[in-house]
Amino acid sequence: MKQKLFSLVSLLVIVIAIWYLAALLMNGNQLINNLERKNQQWTYSQVIAGAYDVKRPMLPAPHQVGQELIKSIIDKPVTSKRSLIYHAQITLNSTLLGFVFGSLLGILIAVGIVHNKTLESSLMPWVIASQTIPILAIAPMIVVVLGAVNITGVIPKAIISMYLSFFPVTIAMVKGLRSSDKLHEELMHTYSATAKDIFWKLRWYSAQPYLFASLKVAIAAALVGAIVAELPTGAQGGLGARLLSGSYYGQTEQIWSALIVAATLGSILVWLVGIAEKVLLRRRGGLDHA
Amino acid sequence: MTVAAQQIITPKPELAVKPEREMISIEDLSLIFPSKDGDVHALSNINLSIKSGDFVSFIGPSGCGKTTLLRVIADLEKATSGNLKVNGTDAQDARLNRLYGYVFQAPALLPWRNIQQNCALPMEILGLSPAQQNKQIDKYLKMVGLQDFHKKFPWQLSGGMQQRASIARALCLTPDLLLMDEPFGALDEITRDHMNIELLRIWSETQKTVVFVTHSIDEAVLLSTHIVVMSPRPGRIIKVIESPLPRLKTLALRDDPAFHALASEIRTALAHEHAID
Repeated sequence: MKQKLFSLVSLLVIVIAIWYLAALLMNGNQLINNLERKNQQWTYSQVIAGAYDVKRPMLPAPHQVGQELIKSIIDKPVTSKRSLIYHAQITLNSTLLGFVFGSLLGILIAVGIVHNKTLESSLMPWVIASQTIPILAIAPMIVVVLGAVNITGVIPKAIISMYLSFFPVTIAMVKGLRSSDKLHEELMHTYSATAKDIFWKLRWYSAQPYLFASLKVAIAAALVGAIVAELPTGAQGGLGARLLSGSYYGQTEQIWSALIVAATLGSILVWLVGIAEKVLLRRRGGLDHA
Repeated sequence: MTVAAQQIITPKPELAVKPEREMISIEDLSLIFPSKDGDVHALSNINLSIKSGDFVSFIGPSGCGKTTLLRVIADLEKATSGNLKVNGTDAQDARLNRLYGYVFQAPALLPWRNIQQNCALPMEILGLSPAQQNKQIDKYLKMVGLQDFHKKFPWQLSGGMQQRASIARALCLTPDLLLMDEPFGALDEITRDHMNIELLRIWSETQKTVVFVTHSIDEAVLLSTHIVVMSPRPGRIIKVIESPLPRLKTLALRDDPAFHALASEIRTALAHEHAID
């Protein structure tokens, strides 16, 4: 535990040190160019002092991002359009909706594929092809097409989340549902078990470790999907909208703080799936058989 | 002295045997596994009759088809030719009617179910009520000496206890026929002795027909009423020996000259075949 904490902290220190150095180099150059254009004299100490205090810096320093985070999370009420919590919650809604439906769809496709050879050969190429299309290309189309039939708001974003999150679940569940022990399958055969019994009493349980591994990927993908869906559509809310408005107005602190909130949100979601996995594992005997 | 130890030393009087009927009849049965480098004759011209209440052991070196023959009876493999009747019907009908309980070499317990839930599995599939299930589970877990382990998960039990749980699971459906594929093969000798005596006790209490695969001569002699000696390439029956020993045997019987004579007869049959081979 102590060792884990130590390595975590030292990694953080290294990242922040690199970040400060990079901020100095990028913003310092910007500063020097500005001063030279005005034919002003400059010294290194002047540049170093100024590099961390530029308005609209090319790369904001960690403390600048920190100030922006405090301003937009703690200082603003949660209902304010300038609160990152407000925007994160909008993104979270479509992430969770897309994740739930994406996972269900992924499981359903996998069950179909495992139980039907025709479905495997007809459906699998489409499943794979769906993921080779860049999400940035297809997201605006989905939003526009659904907008034309008056479906707006959370639904189009959730559909894009679902589109990204069903894939890992399908792939893992096809493997997981086929992973049951040969001996256990023969045992079920000696009981003359029906396909339904074999699925619910054997395959479904054998697949669970695979399911949870893929759910962690799926929930992270769903978050990316929700943010991407907010980017091209001029959405009024959501972390994607914050990223977009930040880049419109050159508010790099705003972009970076939205990114950090997105990353934190993603970590929390994956962690929560991990907790659910542990609880379930304990209920079924506390031993991972896979 | 423990109850189990008393049972080992004191022989019980013979129990009444149900009127005999033919439980398994096999005529000219062959099984060929096709493969790229030539067909494998796993079983060749098997003829065998097993009466109800018998304890029949299949013995032979590995590759002699003893497990395959058991799997054919259980409808886990299909014979290529020949006739097989289990309790008067074909193997598939016998399986669909849940006529037999099968005990694998490994316990094959589901790791996400505790012992009670594992034993309940076949009864759930059969559609018995939870009350009926629990009655059976209590009875047979007690019979195999696991009455205090209902809520334990398989990984919390030793290998011998896991195998006992899997025997209890097979008994819960009260099948007339128990098919056992080297059930004690992975156990140490002390545990195996104990399990053999337990199995004899359960067999005599329940009056079942047992077909038992083993590669241990001592085990075959200690348990069986009939010993089927088999030989590989192709898998076939060399000899069927009817045991002159009493039905319910004890470990002490292993020092008896009759025990040694029977073991020696089996050994000779196996060696003789090996010399020809």
